[in-house]
Amino acid sequence: MTNKTNTDAKPVAGSIFSQGLDWVDARFPLSSNIKAHLTEYYAPKNLNFWYFFGGLSLLVLVLQILTGIFLTMHYKPDAMLAFASVEYIMRDVPWGWLLRYMHSTGASMFFVVVYMHMFRGIIYGSYRTPRELIWLFGVGIFLCLMGEAFFGYLLPWGQMSYWGAQVIVNLFSAIPFVGPDVSEWLRGDYLVSDATLNRFFAFHVIALPFVLVGLVAAHIIALHEVGSNNPDGIEIKKLKDKKTGIPLDGIPFHPYYTVKDIVGVVVFLMVFSTIIFFAPEMGGYFLEANNFVPANPLVTPAHIAPVWYFTPYYSILRAVPPFPGVGFLGIPPSLFPGVAAMGLSVLVFALLPWLDKSPVKSIRYRGRLYKQWLAAFVVSFIVLGYLGTEPSNVWGQFGPWLGNAERATVVARIFMLVYFAFFILMPWYTKKDKTLAVPDRVTG
Amino acid sequence: MAELLSILAIQSSQSKLVHEENMSDTPNDKKKNAAHANQVSAVDAEKRKFLIATSSVGALGCAVAAVPFVLSMTPSERAKAAGAPVEVDVSKIAPGSMMTVEWRGKPVWIINRTEEMTAELAKHDDQLTDPSCDVVSQQPDYCKSTDRSIKPNLAVMVGICTHLGCSPSAKLQPKGDMGDNWTGGFFCPCHGSKFDLAGRVFKGSPAPVNLVVPPHKYLTDTTLLIGVDTEDKA
Repeated sequence: MTNKTNTDAKPVAGSIFSQGLDWVDARFPLSSNIKAHLTEYYAPKNLNFWYFFGGLSLLVLVLQILTGIFLTMHYKPDAMLAFASVEYIMRDVPWGWLLRYMHSTGASMFFVVVYMHMFRGIIYGSYRTPRELIWLFGVGIFLCLMGEAFFGYLLPWGQMSYWGAQVIVNLFSAIPFVGPDVSEWLRGDYLVSDATLNRFFAFHVIALPFVLVGLVAAHIIALHEVGSNNPDGIEIKKLKDKKTGIPLDGIPFHPYYTVKDIVGVVVFLMVFSTIIFFAPEMGGYFLEANNFVPANPLVTPAHIAPVWYFTPYYSILRAVPPFPGVGFLGIPPSLFPGVAAMGLSVLVFALLPWLDKSPVKSIRYRGRLYKQWLAAFVVSFIVLGYLGTEPSNVWGQFGPWLGNAERATVVARIFMLVYFAFFILMPWYTKKDKTLAVPDRVTG
Repeated sequence: MAELLSILAIQSSQSKLVHEENMSDTPNDKKKNAAHANQVSAVDAEKRKFLIATSSVGALGCAVAAVPFVLSMTPSERAKAAGAPVEVDVSKIAPGSMMTVEWRGKPVWIINRTEEMTAELAKHDDQLTDPSCDVVSQQPDYCKSTDRSIKPNLAVMVGICTHLGCSPSAKLQPKGDMGDNWTGGFFCPCHGSKFDLAGRVFKGSPAPVNLVVPPHKYLTDTTLLIGVDTEDKA
């Protein structure tokens, strides 16, 4: 980013527009920022459809903030009033149903586009040097997003809101020694109550959005410092035009990618609208049936499951057996191993830049070994995700030969091992992998 | 923190110097600049000590100022006051059934066990994680037994799973949808933990310990007080 004012010759010197622009540029680096981030920000010319999802994430963020502002005008963060105020939004507020469905569908679509965006980063090695910080800011955004989704899900004060919050807050009580105090502090009460709802509202509408926007800014500033990666994983800045200093394989972000992104936005909005208007609950995956029942602290619904985007990690939580306790040392039994495994399954993404030892970045030049591991990871992510939406006895039990173990739990344990092996063994298999030669210039 | 601040202070004074060097880049000034540079590279110990001390005090002040914010999130006086004991008439619970009352916002179960149910409790110790209730936090001393109760038939326990706080479903009768090996108890719908009719957890459940038996006592033969035990502490 340069801070010098724009000194280029103006095409229509003296027009009101250019005079106004000069006035602003003398006081604020407007033109230079537009150049640095749009018209003279050179992106690789070979970006494909995977590169839509970063921009789409930004679009969904804006939609969530916008619809959220209007929802807070009608929502009441009070345990006695919350459920009814959401129904009021749905039935009595003009267009309230649309705002609410945009917001609830937006939450799921946020995770759809962010998961695609992360997968893009993984297959093209976008987390590798010099983009480690972009990736770390991204992991921060992902964590923030999970927090937003979790805090937001309590607000309708339905049965699933209530018991979901109960389970997640109790996860913290599994932390050795300080756990119970931490979860009581988070709830502000001895159980999930009005105090909890009120503070979750504060986190959801003020605290986390601020952090989220800050991280998004850092993510983009870091990206524009080093430049975008591309499907070939080639640094386009290595080969520049000798006269202009512009990368040979680079094209200005505006107008080329702004226009291309409009196509992605249109397709996305078609899908988004279809869901909002025809399947806002998405068969219970986006909005769960039990959440249309007001919260009841005395009765847990017969089957509780988190919303789909949390289910892979939730499966891992369920799959790990509790620590049995060491009687003679006085260490009580604990469910900390499961909680720790779930935490690790999310945080382990942050280590990718340092786990990947391959000489190439992009999947296009990697060998079969890496591709097999990646495929195994994707399969285990999806299987764990599916199992997390179902009760653990969904596939019945094995016979006495395996101690009557639940089939789904055993399967979840196997795929959990694959999930972690993808990361833990990465330094080994990326080194051993037979890679192809990377060309100097980007390909199609 | 303090160290970081002092390093930053030194760096900014150095960058100022570089700036000055660029401004006066004539051969005559070179000697002067070199002397200047030597002066800066020698650490001013006095100034650094002062910076470390002041920034440590500043950091301490920030930490102290955070206390009211953090403590404002702990349970309020109103939440603490809501934990009053609850009186229950237990005469209307038919044998083999149960009732649920609310104490401190949590469900408390009172189960009137039949004689077969009580007899069954002693028979499956080998399937339990903690059959003799050795984890002391889970029940008052007077309930540290196989049936975990004051009266053998009446079980009182907090209906919150010790795994992650869901409320298990009552599956009081043997067999049924729980399979032929089921001897009666509770099943948690969230993560599949299983408990017997004394709230003791079966092996293989995600729940690590038995259900909590709250402090309780009988005021009369049929009146139960939950939240206060014989020593009268709330």
